[in-house]
Amino acid sequence: MEYIVIVIGAVLVNNIVLAQFLGLCPLFGVSSKISTAAGMGGAVLFVMTVASIVTYLLSNFLLEPFNLMYLQTITYILVISSLVQMVEIILKKVSPPLYQALGIFLPLMTTNCAILGVAILVFQQDLTLLQGVVFAIAHSIGFTLAIILLAGIREHMDLLDIPKGMKGNPIIMVTAGLLALAFMGFAGIV
Amino acid sequence: MVLTLFVVTLVASTSLALIYEVTKEPIRLAALERKNNAIMQVVPEFNNMPNEEEFTIEVPGGELVLYPARMDGELVGVAIETFTRRGYSGTIELMVGLLPDGTIHGIEVLRHAETPGLGDKIETDKSDFYKQFVGRNPGDFTMKLRQDNGEIDGITATTITSRAYCEAVQLAYDVFIEKGDLK
Amino acid sequence: MNQAKNFTKGFVRENPVFILMLGLCPALGTTTSAFNGFGMGMATLFVVLMSNIVVSIFKDFIPNKVRIPSYIVIIASFVTITDLVMEAFMGALHAELGLFIPLIVVNCFVLGRAEAFASKNTLFSSVVDGVGMGLAFTMALTMLGASRELLGANAIFGLQLIEGDGMLVFILAPGAFIALGYLIALMNKLKKD
Repeated sequence: MEYIVIVIGAVLVNNIVLAQFLGLCPLFGVSSKISTAAGMGGAVLFVMTVASIVTYLLSNFLLEPFNLMYLQTITYILVISSLVQMVEIILKKVSPPLYQALGIFLPLMTTNCAILGVAILVFQQDLTLLQGVVFAIAHSIGFTLAIILLAGIREHMDLLDIPKGMKGNPIIMVTAGLLALAFMGFAGIV
Repeated sequence: MVLTLFVVTLVASTSLALIYEVTKEPIRLAALERKNNAIMQVVPEFNNMPNEEEFTIEVPGGELVLYPARMDGELVGVAIETFTRRGYSGTIELMVGLLPDGTIHGIEVLRHAETPGLGDKIETDKSDFYKQFVGRNPGDFTMKLRQDNGEIDGITATTITSRAYCEAVQLAYDVFIEKGDLK
Repeated sequence: MNQAKNFTKGFVRENPVFILMLGLCPALGTTTSAFNGFGMGMATLFVVLMSNIVVSIFKDFIPNKVRIPSYIVIIASFVTITDLVMEAFMGALHAELGLFIPLIVVNCFVLGRAEAFASKNTLFSSVVDGVGMGLAFTMALTMLGASRELLGANAIFGLQLIEGDGMLVFILAPGAFIALGYLIALMNKLKKD
């Protein structure tokens, strides 16, 4: 039950992108096509989950016992950038087309604040390891959902006649705003 | 190459350790001052040091901290640091001040992450929501929202936050009653 | 290099938020009021300036291959310093900005300045670039915060202009996106003129 609450809360109610404003760079950068968006979601799912586990172990068994919490930010970001590097190497070997498609956004994932944000939140909210893993997976699903929804709308938007001043980024922002408004409807279900 | 990275990291962590040592005391003092201010806001005038007499009580999911306030040795009230994890955006921490008979004397919000413009109206300087609690004894009235058959008017459009707030105050009261005699 | 141009480039032509679309997370997440936007901008300014200085001084000593990790470590250190100092001396603002302070480290805009500018330019140019870009970022956040506060709470910098609540949606998440969308449209217009 507890885990269901975490999942619904993270995916729908407090969606990481649309309600907590984390991971916006990839949201706008890689959402022009559904297929790339889904690929990005998968990569985030992997990195976020593993990063949360590693940072959880590091903070609880190394940083906190030795009173080194002031090194938290630095440690977390180094863990995340190594992981991203690893995913890059694996993807290059396993799925070159996806690697090509994700392009610049793969190395940029190091600076995806969603991943660092979730890792810090897992620690701040005093979650157990298992709760933390569920929390991370749920948040990456929330991220994927938001990015795919936006990509779907953007694919249709190509065919529309949009006022000149609003073309490009402005209309995408407003669309994301309306999406966020729709997600507010989930408030209160947990 | 590896050496450079090592040196960079070493210099960075050493300087951070230094800054940490320098700011440790001000951070502790700032936190203490915030807490003391909250205590002063919620209980009647006292002349002891409540944070030196503090003690904690375990409750499911965490612990409450009780700060007895005394005037010339006589108990005038207790400030209770209470919490709920059922706020709209996670944990809400309150400082609830009770008189020796259990009447609520004051409530301050210590920490919350509720929505600005909506849930943050639980803060004492943002709306009069808290006044519905002050001067009343939770033993004499149902401290719940109207839609939960209680007597509290929730903040418009923030049922979850208002409900969580009631729960946190109730928890403080329950612990106070359970603890019984504090003198 | 023309330093005046270097200083002013960030305000409209290369504005980090409105034109380059960098650092959007803090830009949307912290701008529920003009003051919060300003505070976040200033914290970022400090980090950009300091990391630009350090990167520019040591650019010749850092081998190309470990350049990005080194920059990240440098930035993370200044972020932690900002975090600690703010917690010690600006408790209320620190509590308000919360998670977004440690997240300055992943603000693409900060790493972008180190990589694209400070690693290739002189110390003085990097200082000018850091201050200019930092101020431009602060301006963007303050503008966004002010418009959201004005529409959402009928106030500006905490000063109530009209009684009443305003259009709450602008304080909430959806309004952040919508307000930014219209500000970008406005900036695009200014850029063309």
